[in-house]
Amino acid sequence: MAEKMELNEVEVWDGNMAASQAMRQAQIDVVAAYPITPSTPVVQNYGSFLANGYVDGEFVMVESEHAAMSGCVGAAAAGGRVATATSSQGFALMAEVLYQASGMRLPIVLVVVNRALAAPLNVNGDHSDMYLGRDSGWIQLDGFNPQEAYDLTLMAFKIGEDPEIRLPVMSHQDGFITSHTAENVRPLNDDEAYEFIGEYPMVNPMLDLSKPVTYGVQTEEDWHFEHKARQHHDLMTKVFGKVEEVFDAFEKKTGRKYNIVEKYMMDDADVAIIALGSTVETTIMVAEKMRKEQGIKAGVVAPRLFRPWPHEKIVEALSGVKAVACLDRSSPNGAFGALYNEVIGSVYQSDNHPVVTNYIYGLGGRDFTVEQAEEIYKELAANAEAGKPTTPLQQFVGLRGPKLSFY
Amino acid sequence: MLEIRWHSRAGQGAVTGAKGLGDVVARTGKYVQAFAFYGSAKRGAAMTAYNRIDDEVILNHQKFMHPDYVLVIDPGLTYTADITAYEKEETKYIITTHLSKEELIESQPKLKGRDVYVVDCIQISLDTIGRAIPNTPMLGALMKVSGMFELDYFQKAMESVLSKFPQKIIDANMAAIERAYNSVK
Repeated sequence: MAEKMELNEVEVWDGNMAASQAMRQAQIDVVAAYPITPSTPVVQNYGSFLANGYVDGEFVMVESEHAAMSGCVGAAAAGGRVATATSSQGFALMAEVLYQASGMRLPIVLVVVNRALAAPLNVNGDHSDMYLGRDSGWIQLDGFNPQEAYDLTLMAFKIGEDPEIRLPVMSHQDGFITSHTAENVRPLNDDEAYEFIGEYPMVNPMLDLSKPVTYGVQTEEDWHFEHKARQHHDLMTKVFGKVEEVFDAFEKKTGRKYNIVEKYMMDDADVAIIALGSTVETTIMVAEKMRKEQGIKAGVVAPRLFRPWPHEKIVEALSGVKAVACLDRSSPNGAFGALYNEVIGSVYQSDNHPVVTNYIYGLGGRDFTVEQAEEIYKELAANAEAGKPTTPLQQFVGLRGPKLSFY
Repeated sequence: MLEIRWHSRAGQGAVTGAKGLGDVVARTGKYVQAFAFYGSAKRGAAMTAYNRIDDEVILNHQKFMHPDYVLVIDPGLTYTADITAYEKEETKYIITTHLSKEELIESQPKLKGRDVYVVDCIQISLDTIGRAIPNTPMLGALMKVSGMFELDYFQKAMESVLSKFPQKIIDANMAAIERAYNSVK
């Protein structure tokens, strides 16, 4: 029986430690992992918990991320609670197996510490890997700081494993900016945390030899479409309700309130920045400053769920604004940013039609500064005033050299 | 908001120092941030680490800062790193050196007119811990210069932060903190 760890009411943890502690408390049956910067400490911490007697489950060191996720698929199909962690190139190498996991409806938890994709090689944070996962059929939760990385990793088990959902879940955090930044974190104690997640609800375990089942069959045109449609249906209709239920239960337990779409100062906002990751927090601080110093009614909108895409909540969050900036931390390589496209797709169906512009920022860990956020809010205020874009539709910010913009 | 920038070489313990400071400060109910620029830094490479300390939740995640304190824990970096970058008028510098303050400023003229304090963290850590790990002595010096915590309180808090280490190492660190606290000028 694993030992319990004594935790302080307030710990100073970085995002990696926060995620690995949540994994330890979840009493996972199998972790199959291959370390990669910046998520290495998640795996390293977990390995040290195991070596020191705090973990009962199996820890399988594999030869690649493809093997890591394959091991997770096997263990989850066998009937266990399963999780792993990765970043960037490792995530890309897992990509094939990510679709296997979700298609087989295996509720694996994957901690993704977001990092840029090579080339050029870069270990720092951006959202390229998170965006790469967006059609993989996984639920994608996004934490903005170490506390949220802890909370959302715990909640990921409860959401994905629900027999009504049975889908794998990614718990995202920003590489280095969150994963290697130590901040105050208030953890649950081991008993409370496990009690909150609950025992793993087994569904069709392969190790139940009295009831043989098959995973990953070949279907071709006869059944493939129906299976994919059912998975999409569940993502579109079942996940939001379950996520809200888990968020509510978590608030009752901890007092910490999560929403499918987070809104800050949006009640009377004229302009809004919509963003993901640690950027959201810097932007909240700047929005407060813009209100005080510039008289700009600034707000911030942040999807807590990137997949499934919370269309209705986004429409509602942006229902009163005149101008919106969508911040994408990934090179779209020949298009508008992914977040911009999602937001445009949603607000086009809404009664409110704000001016929506796209900013590409922070690639490869380039600092997202207060100054950049201020500049964006000023441009949004001008757009709101004019009722049309006063800037190009897509702009790069924080880039050296001549200004880069399109359309 | 109090902002601190550490200049160090990878392996000298700036990240551990920044996290240790965060740990101590968080126990007083304040909010903290401790982070570093790693890149693919190898042992010995010049690097920077950072602390933010505030009474309210810290939302600012930009790496850029105008530091209130600059802590230099490797003597050579005073000459090779841009330790005065983004300084403000009231920025205080605590610099590891075997030189006197006057000799130091003479050898690095850009420190002229700055609020400079000197302490020999390398020698102190060699004498007490037995290795050149200048991070904990620097924290002792910071306590003296900033008046953030009394020596006694800080030592007690650091003792519990270091509690997983053998008593011998804890004692050596306590001695290092105290000597730096008393010798920073």
